[in-house]
Amino acid sequence: MSIKLYDIAHSRAGDKGNTLILSLIPFDEKDYELLCKLVTADKVKEHFKEIIHGEILRYELPNISALQFVCQQALAGGVTTSLVMDAHGKTLSYALLEMCIELHAG
Amino acid sequence: MTQKNEVRIGCGAGFSGDRLEPAVILAEKGDLDYLVLECLAERTIALAQKRKAADPSQGYDPLLERRIELLLPLLKQNKIRLITNMGAANPVAAADKIIGIAKRLGISIKVAAVIGDDVLEHISGDEIAMETGNSISWSGQTVSANAYLGAEAILPALETGADIIITGRVADPSLFVAPLVHEFGWSLDDADMIAKGTVIGHLMECAGQITGGYFADPVKKPVENMSTLGHPFAEVYRDGSAVIGKVDGTGGTITLATAKEQLLYEVTNPYQYLTPDVSADFTTVSLKQDVKDRIKVTGGSGSKKPSTLKVSVGYKAGFTGEGEITFAGTNALERARMAGEIMHERLNDQFPGLRVDYVGHTSVHPTSLAHDHKPYEVRLRLAGKAATADEAAIIGQEVEALYTNGPAGGGGVRKYVNEVIGIVSILMNRNTAKSSVVVKEYEY
Repeated sequence: MSIKLYDIAHSRAGDKGNTLILSLIPFDEKDYELLCKLVTADKVKEHFKEIIHGEILRYELPNISALQFVCQQALAGGVTTSLVMDAHGKTLSYALLEMCIELHAG
Repeated sequence: MTQKNEVRIGCGAGFSGDRLEPAVILAEKGDLDYLVLECLAERTIALAQKRKAADPSQGYDPLLERRIELLLPLLKQNKIRLITNMGAANPVAAADKIIGIAKRLGISIKVAAVIGDDVLEHISGDEIAMETGNSISWSGQTVSANAYLGAEAILPALETGADIIITGRVADPSLFVAPLVHEFGWSLDDADMIAKGTVIGHLMECAGQITGGYFADPVKKPVENMSTLGHPFAEVYRDGSAVIGKVDGTGGTITLATAKEQLLYEVTNPYQYLTPDVSADFTTVSLKQDVKDRIKVTGGSGSKKPSTLKVSVGYKAGFTGEGEITFAGTNALERARMAGEIMHERLNDQFPGLRVDYVGHTSVHPTSLAHDHKPYEVRLRLAGKAATADEAAIIGQEVEALYTNGPAGGGGVRKYVNEVIGIVSILMNRNTAKSSVVVKEYEY
């Protein structure tokens, strides 16, 4: 069964210069392991291939059952000089939640 | 030094443009010892530098006067000390302004301005920008350089006994760490305690983000009474643990989910959250829902503060020009695309990197993430960079010309030209930025 991340998790985007920061937090802490397994840095890179041009690092935070994705070269230069309407990239949290995952993907 | 076992700090603003009432409610009903207003972003200080350059008596937060007028009587009445970075590019002018307001209201006040974050005179232009790997002069003419000062710079201001402490560029969590160090007598070298204070400061600094404001989603994350959203306070204990809550009767909510989103907000490395005060490890923080709308924060550890300070360097980055026009009804998207293609053809050579956005379809995420829906209305947006304001204005003029040159049915043109101050970051030896305190006083 395929579901959207939106169905089981929430996210907030932050920015530091041209770096985009995305948290991914399951509503139910039981789903943390599932997200660790299915939402890899590579999968996020593929999902955002037209937006994020740099490296993506994933941090695991089992203390609060959350993942953090730190994405380089993701904000068209960064908030002060970007020509993008959403120069902070704040809307990108919901772009992450558009990602579909296969619940029985092994 | 007082020896309190509990200190209560409210956060009444999370950015320069924040609402005014939540701070008033906190000052009225929050039973606070300290009120913090965090009003300074990288971008905000660059804009403040622009205002100061145009008028040396300006360059502080544009809402300072309205905020202080509302808060001053309450601060005095409830014996609350205010700590804020509303000084922006000009903390001394901000202190003068506050004294002026106090005179008008007939309230005795002592204001301490923290200065020394402005390090422009120490900049040669050869420093390497972290973002570009090139020298900062490569980016453009440098107009400002502000170092992120820490709690160490705020402490002497607290020690003057001032009612209001007003700073320029300091690290946001330091606005909270400083009063905790001042009240509890923590050592600035005790990295674990400073890290715990930093965790609390980081959870608080964006105000309405932890009380459910920026968290809310009516389908999956419903939050009640958003129109009266309250801002948070932290009841902090001597051991570095805290309970974060909000004033009863205010809107919003504080839950594990809102706190987790805020803990991770803008954190580029949860093992090493660097501030001028400490390198904090967020992977050891524990959050627990205490009762409704109250979160208990424990844990958090740290290691030695960095030997360098981060410095935001502002530079002249030219101008942006924008133009917008809306199409509606059948084939709105097709007509908008046609207009976008015409604009691209006419402008792309002159404006490399020109943006063509379809608002309502693919504007902020111009990608295959978009589902192929047919919007009833679409707003075409063009944006480009130019060296001069006159050149940047061409984009808006060209979009406006679509009124008679087609395609059909376009309306609602708006055009904008803005000067851009870019920001890059460098690291500077922390001894180069010497902070000091300027005290201003008014006796009624």
